[in-house]
Amino acid sequence: MFVASVIIVFCLFLSAEKEAKTNYQMLDSNKDSLKLEAMKRIVAMIARGKNASDLFPAVVKNVACKNIEVKKLVYVYLVRYAEEQQDLALLSISTFQRGLKDPNQLIRASALRVLSSIRVTIIVPIMMLAIKEAASDMSPYVRKTAAHAIPKLYSLDPEQKDQLIEVIEKLLADKTTLVAGSVVMAFEEVCPERIDLIHKNYRKLCNLLIDVEEWGQVVIINMLTRYARTQTFYGSDEDEDEDEEEKEKKAETPAMAKRKPYVMDPDHRLLLRNTKPLLQSRNAAVVMAVAQLYFHLAPKAEVGVIAKALVRLLRSHSEVQYVVLQNVATMTIKRRGMFEPYLKSFYIRSTDPTQIKVLKLEVLTNLANETNISTILREFQTYIKSMDKDFVAATIQAIGRCATNIGEVRDTCLNGLVQLLSNRDELVVAESVVVIKKLLQMQPEKHSDIIKHMAKLTDNIQVPMARASILWLIGEYCEHVPKIAPDVLRKMAKSFTNEEDIVKLQIINLAAKLYLTNSKQTKLLTQYVLNLAKYDQNYDIRDRARFIRQLIVPTEKSGALSKYAKKLFLALKPAPVLESPFKDRDHFQLGSLSHLLNAKAGGYQELPDWPEAAPDPSVRNVEVKDSVRAVGTVTYRDTGALWDLQGPKKKCSFHANVYQPSLYNWALVSMTLHLVLCLQTIAPSSALKNYELLHRITGEGLSVEYCFSRQPFSPDANMVAVQMQFTNNATADTKNLHIEDVKLQSGMRVKEFSEIELLPAGETATAVMGIDFCDSTQAANFQLCTHTRKFFVSIQPPVGELMRPVFLTENEFKKEQGQLMGMNEITEKLTLDMKCRNEHTIVQRVTTAANLSRVPCGSDKECRFAGRTVSSSSLVLVTVATKEEGAAQLTVNCEKMVIGTMLVKDILLALTQ
Amino acid sequence: MIHSLFLINHTGDIFLEKHWKSVIGRSVCDYFFEAREKAVEPENVPPVLQTPHHYLISIYRGKLFFLSVIQTEVPPLFVIEFLHRVADTIQDYFGECSEGVIKDNVVTVYELLEEMLDNGFPLATESNVLKEMIRPPTILRSVVNTLTGASNVGDTLPTGQLSNVPWRRVGVKYTNNEAYFDVIEEIDAILDKSGTTVFAEIQGVIEACVRLTGMPDLTLSFMNPRLLDDVSFHPCVRFKRWESERVLSFIPPDGNFTLMNYHVSSQNLVAIPVYVKQSISFFETGPCGRLDITIGPKQTMGKTVEGLMVTIHMPKAVLSANLTATQGTYTYDLATKVLVWDIGKLNPQKLPNLKGSLTTQAGTPKPEDNPSLNIDLKIQQLAISGLKVSRLDMYGEKYKPFKGVKYLTKAGKFQVRT
Repeated sequence: MFVASVIIVFCLFLSAEKEAKTNYQMLDSNKDSLKLEAMKRIVAMIARGKNASDLFPAVVKNVACKNIEVKKLVYVYLVRYAEEQQDLALLSISTFQRGLKDPNQLIRASALRVLSSIRVTIIVPIMMLAIKEAASDMSPYVRKTAAHAIPKLYSLDPEQKDQLIEVIEKLLADKTTLVAGSVVMAFEEVCPERIDLIHKNYRKLCNLLIDVEEWGQVVIINMLTRYARTQTFYGSDEDEDEDEEEKEKKAETPAMAKRKPYVMDPDHRLLLRNTKPLLQSRNAAVVMAVAQLYFHLAPKAEVGVIAKALVRLLRSHSEVQYVVLQNVATMTIKRRGMFEPYLKSFYIRSTDPTQIKVLKLEVLTNLANETNISTILREFQTYIKSMDKDFVAATIQAIGRCATNIGEVRDTCLNGLVQLLSNRDELVVAESVVVIKKLLQMQPEKHSDIIKHMAKLTDNIQVPMARASILWLIGEYCEHVPKIAPDVLRKMAKSFTNEEDIVKLQIINLAAKLYLTNSKQTKLLTQYVLNLAKYDQNYDIRDRARFIRQLIVPTEKSGALSKYAKKLFLALKPAPVLESPFKDRDHFQLGSLSHLLNAKAGGYQELPDWPEAAPDPSVRNVEVKDSVRAVGTVTYRDTGALWDLQGPKKKCSFHANVYQPSLYNWALVSMTLHLVLCLQTIAPSSALKNYELLHRITGEGLSVEYCFSRQPFSPDANMVAVQMQFTNNATADTKNLHIEDVKLQSGMRVKEFSEIELLPAGETATAVMGIDFCDSTQAANFQLCTHTRKFFVSIQPPVGELMRPVFLTENEFKKEQGQLMGMNEITEKLTLDMKCRNEHTIVQRVTTAANLSRVPCGSDKECRFAGRTVSSSSLVLVTVATKEEGAAQLTVNCEKMVIGTMLVKDILLALTQ
Repeated sequence: MIHSLFLINHTGDIFLEKHWKSVIGRSVCDYFFEAREKAVEPENVPPVLQTPHHYLISIYRGKLFFLSVIQTEVPPLFVIEFLHRVADTIQDYFGECSEGVIKDNVVTVYELLEEMLDNGFPLATESNVLKEMIRPPTILRSVVNTLTGASNVGDTLPTGQLSNVPWRRVGVKYTNNEAYFDVIEEIDAILDKSGTTVFAEIQGVIEACVRLTGMPDLTLSFMNPRLLDDVSFHPCVRFKRWESERVLSFIPPDGNFTLMNYHVSSQNLVAIPVYVKQSISFFETGPCGRLDITIGPKQTMGKTVEGLMVTIHMPKAVLSANLTATQGTYTYDLATKVLVWDIGKLNPQKLPNLKGSLTTQAGTPKPEDNPSLNIDLKIQQLAISGLKVSRLDMYGEKYKPFKGVKYLTKAGKFQVRT
């Protein structure tokens, strides 16, 4: 037997050995497929929690492997074991440093990701450098990765905090939604106390919020809740609270009473307005984040909106329900009215898990008031019959709480509970006894029959807590049951040695009280009990016995205290207040882990109180150009708003067809939102020039004009939109207007407008077609056909129409310009036209000549414009620098030299004439 | 944020672990196992546990526990939602989320987890973005990969990551363009002993299957949108248009997704499709009881009720059931004490009835509690709230897609108390 097992173990050892060997060999082989196979095996080992650290040297060699999957798996391995094998891990660093410079943004990002995940202190300076560089990377994805890397470095070396805060500050100013969530996350982990960094970004964050990914939304909303508490002064309306006492207290404070009627800070309003739609998010965490924001920040009249959304979450997974119910329980204490309409949504099903049942019960109890108590009690009655005994016990406690809170139903509840005393289940009875005890304390004189009934129970009931409760009741109210009490003590004295400790203590207690009130009958019994207690194993009981004997049995040694024994023991005791375990939990920020545990978790940031006076709101002001942008930022999910802006004249269907979708395509291509804004504000502002396509004489009554609408062309973002206007000046109708026989240079494409079936005499129609000019000014030739005639026409675009505006900041502009030097830069000196010597006209003339957008600029001697060509998205940068007496210098930077040259000519013409 | 993740099966084996920061030893799970033992039923394990140095947040999905380890303050729902998203993603990739499937695809799962979180903070959770980075396994692809040496891992940044419609990738192409919508409604109700409705509401969901070329912009409008009491949307739906016009305007993700969830709560609007007459009683004398259940149609809007099933969790004392069903079959599981009566289609002419006696354990007192009945049913081609889709319009693309809407009503948490 022993030999066999040794052999088996040996075999296992051998096979393990063999596997390790083969992994080594495979990793050393030249074939990627073998390497991949080996890496897969190794990662599977890591996943199972097995140690694979001995393969480190073999694996790390493959960090520069060409195969992307092998590479990724090596990264996984490296991050897992680098901490243990620091020296060897350093071998891989140079590969990542190279990766940080790769033209592929995914490779740059993943190099930074892995580099920052390697927890080796020696590379901290390298990490710092990489993060700083990545924070100003072109790609928002790389910048996002940089934001993720910040907390990693911080946890590795907290000394870097100051430098990291600088990076955070820089990234907070980033305007892409992709970065926003991650950088706020980094902010929360590294420097949550530096709330001043948020000022300038507050409005931007509020406006971007709706388009940030779900997880980022949660983090941003939680942070903004805290921010708003410190910064936007909002006199909370707690005076209206249901709590009477508090109201009185507040009234006494003169400062509070004198408070002026409050007008909400517009920034505060902005936050509330922009978070509200997120209550409709599919992500429960987002809904909860908004709910807590409203609970902590919104005026009382507005908090109600969150109830519906929270109730909806009750349909979700049971874990979600659990957390939501915890928070609802806290909310119901402060704002009961909010959830009252949804009372029935908290009704309990027999299939709910116990913890959910108990929480629902808590909510129901909190919601109970005079009007709905009868419904709730009826509901409770069905719960008492449940098979889940823990739940039944909780229900009984809930009934007790309802009875203490609502005087009208106290008797009904008490009777109901007394009936439960005859229940078969001992747990139920015990729980009822405990609750009844508490209720009786409120008005004992009325209920001596109940006390008698309970005295009888001592024969049967075994649960110690219940026995102790009964004994306490009898002792406390022995005057109401003078005959029974001594008899109970007699029975108890008999069973004293077999009782639990809490019961023994209560027996002593009962004996003492009876001795004081009815010493004739109970003197001996008391002596007996005290003697038994004197030799008990438990020292608490021995102590108690000695102490009581000294108090109640006067001897010459006992002092003055024994005179007051009766007052001490039979003093009127205040009735216990049965209150919710969720009371006052709202000093924790709702939705937080700390709130759920009712204990401060590590890293929890206290929710500050409202400031006494309004802090200066101007700290949030941003330079004008920025704030305009922030307010006007049009986001994807907001776009419905455009409808309203456009006014009612245009029909919605038109929008939907032409305008609306195009917005998204654009957004997609450009990857920044600001562009959308530019389209909105800049494009329509410059007057569009009309060109003639067909004169009415050659067209035999049909005249066609076209203009470059400068709107993005929805079906294909690489096309220039050409808006055509057909006017039928003839006396007869024109039918079937369409395009045929398109003749194009290679590479060019045309998207025809859909056929106009009928153009009645005297009427006008418009249509939009798209032409991809391939960034050239070659004409597009085609035939325009009616049902009778064909006309040869051609459209030749001015070079300025081949581009679309993009939004750049000054820094981005300079950076881009720096990369388009040499051959790509064309400079011309010119003398400005007399009428064109102020900034405004220059801007107007340039934007009329070319579809560009203005770039903000610090100096008033320079105007900058930026755009991209429509087909190839090459950047076009234009600078007009003005000097003394109308002298100026025009600079165009463009990758496409032909476009650049032509554009210089056109702008020159526009500015000099 | 999320520090580590452990996947634990039904029997308490940790079969996968992933750490996003320093490694945390498995022993941390012991606190969880302790709570698991105490809870008896796996559903009853508290989702949030506190241990001396860590916090454990777990979900229970498909007989698996997803246990995450947390060290600092984080909204618990954040973690719970994320864990469910992990389970959803696994289901999306491999068709189901079970121990076997995860073990078979352990490397892919591990790569997915690596992409989904960076340093414990979610990085990519959109299914279309993930699928471009790590392609889901198919037989064809694995054959191609072995022949050509190509890999399942993408080497460029998925376009979705950078756009503000991250749920859709560019360059989608189909030969058959189609958009189907399933309106599925579940009736949640509690009926009391006498058959009166204690509580009823409708939970609806619109599941979409959209396979359209290019970048379509869809608008879905309803005949009666005012019915909807409370709604939640896929991120693609534009809030403002819903608020102003009550239409769903969106650029859809590619493939299957949940467009919207809604809620109809005003009770008078909730039709209860069946009524249940029942009596379950246990006798004081002798170890037995009686059971008699009849089900009939109530408000079915002229449609047939199908897939009717009654489930009863009997008291522990019930040993066996000796019943006769006029329609369908019944089973009584002795171990779990669950009586299931599978009826099938409801015939209004001949109402199904289940009748007979129950044997209880001799010597025990008669069970005090009466079990409640859980009803399951299905009604095809009907949304019980009366919600109707009026039209689907597509903008931005020129072709004509196939469109379709299907309605289905089911019983959700439909319980009859006795």
